[in-house]
Amino acid sequence: MSPALCAMCRASRALIIRPKNHQKLCKACFIAIFEAEIHHTITSTNLFSPGDRIAIGASGGKDSTVLASVLKTLNERYNYGLDLVLLSIDEGIKGYRDDSLETVKRNAVQYGMPLKIVGYDELYGWTMDQVVETIGKKGNCTYCGVFRRQALDRGAKMLGIKHVVTGHNADDVAETILMNLLRGDLPRLARSTNIITGDEMSEVKRSKPLKYAYEKEIVLYAHHKKLDYFSTECIYSPEAFRGSARSLIKNLERVRPSAILDVVRSGEDMARLVPEEVTGISQCKSQKISLSNADGGDEGAGGCGSSNGRSSGGEMAEMEKKLQQDEEAAGREVEITSVSSHANGQRHDRIGGKSHLRSRAQGDTGRKLLRQTLGTCKRCGYMSSQEICKACVLLDGLNKNRPKMEIEIDVEDEESSTLRRRMEGIALAAG
Amino acid sequence: MAAEEIIPVVVEFTGGLEMLFADQRKHTLAVPAKDEEGKPVTVGWLVNYLCEKVMKDSRKEMFVLDGHVRPGILVLINDADWELEGEASYALQPKDNILFVSTLHGG
Repeated sequence: MSPALCAMCRASRALIIRPKNHQKLCKACFIAIFEAEIHHTITSTNLFSPGDRIAIGASGGKDSTVLASVLKTLNERYNYGLDLVLLSIDEGIKGYRDDSLETVKRNAVQYGMPLKIVGYDELYGWTMDQVVETIGKKGNCTYCGVFRRQALDRGAKMLGIKHVVTGHNADDVAETILMNLLRGDLPRLARSTNIITGDEMSEVKRSKPLKYAYEKEIVLYAHHKKLDYFSTECIYSPEAFRGSARSLIKNLERVRPSAILDVVRSGEDMARLVPEEVTGISQCKSQKISLSNADGGDEGAGGCGSSNGRSSGGEMAEMEKKLQQDEEAAGREVEITSVSSHANGQRHDRIGGKSHLRSRAQGDTGRKLLRQTLGTCKRCGYMSSQEICKACVLLDGLNKNRPKMEIEIDVEDEESSTLRRRMEGIALAAG
Repeated sequence: MAAEEIIPVVVEFTGGLEMLFADQRKHTLAVPAKDEEGKPVTVGWLVNYLCEKVMKDSRKEMFVLDGHVRPGILVLINDADWELEGEASYALQPKDNILFVSTLHGG
């Protein structure tokens, strides 16, 4: 087969075939267009302002390494005026994070960026090794996910930085959209499609500049630019990547490569159709009233305010958990069907169920309490939409050595954990 | 006879795939120029060969799924996407570099 020529420069041999449009490109033109498209994403969404200090959530893996490299390149090329910092989380898993942290340290030198490593041990007093020792491997991803989400924000706060960028790519976003769609989770669907989460109210914003970049192109960019990255699987969930939604995305891509971006675009279009009230209600229904006052009311992005920003960054962790809960999803799907036919009744049911729970827990003080709690966690002072943040609840369980303790992030379960938190609050107050 | 001809090729695994191949990234191989039917060996043949002869790990499905390279694993022939080279039907040439990169593994 005679080598094809690059469709752009028509001079060099094509090495890449772009998944989104089958364009055949040479190495130099591919690198140029990949960077140009991310520049376009950044400028068209007004992601940054000159003088911004940005923390890059860096794991040493392909996505965050490419993100750091591209942001450095673009920042210099287009004079974004950004102050870029690498922020890494050390979960405390021996034989897993050590090597990738070494990669991040090298990246810090290669890109001339300061590096901050935040450890679970210093933040929470527990390494993941110790967590697993206590609770076993099952469910440890929940702990790790909740801890990591906060850890990035806390690390950013330590550095006095208000904006964390993560390496989530188009495949990640498409996977999240499909999962949320299949589960009928419209609020989260709306949220997961946003390039930026958190607003002026939240202390730390999150964004995904690689949202429209194919995982395949990210890997090819890293390969052709000879970037130094590290691939590994967490020793506590080695099979996590074999999730069914991921496989579905990859199979779709094989049949029709444009499918990934099509899913992303469709997800965005569908998210625009999600009524604000639905977003508000199911996203954080127990705080409905406080929120409608506090939230500016932008589509989906506002939602739970600070809790939004945090949870969206941990989509993948949540997704892992969701994959394990496919059965539950079936039940939820039925529920959504009924929403469409009698939305009000459904809403009423939910609120009814909730107040029932609440009255059992602590009578009428619930709503009042909630308004107070939109600020910070009583325990650690970290921003939280709950009285006590998820990390602290999990830590309570760990510290009391209650191995079976579980925190669910899902809609219905949010209720029970809220309830649990309130009950703990009472216990504290009483004691 | 032609069937005894040998083709030297370099096979590389990255992106986490090296884990399936004894943590060895680069494999220098000498493969027969012709397959059992006397046809020139292809990348498709090589994948099968790697699976049966080189891979010690039992998790074959992490490399090959339903007779194809697992979706999410990129194949580069001399740095070019194998889609530009006829994918599995590409006939191996002496000193070819075949790179398998997984996109599936995390950071």
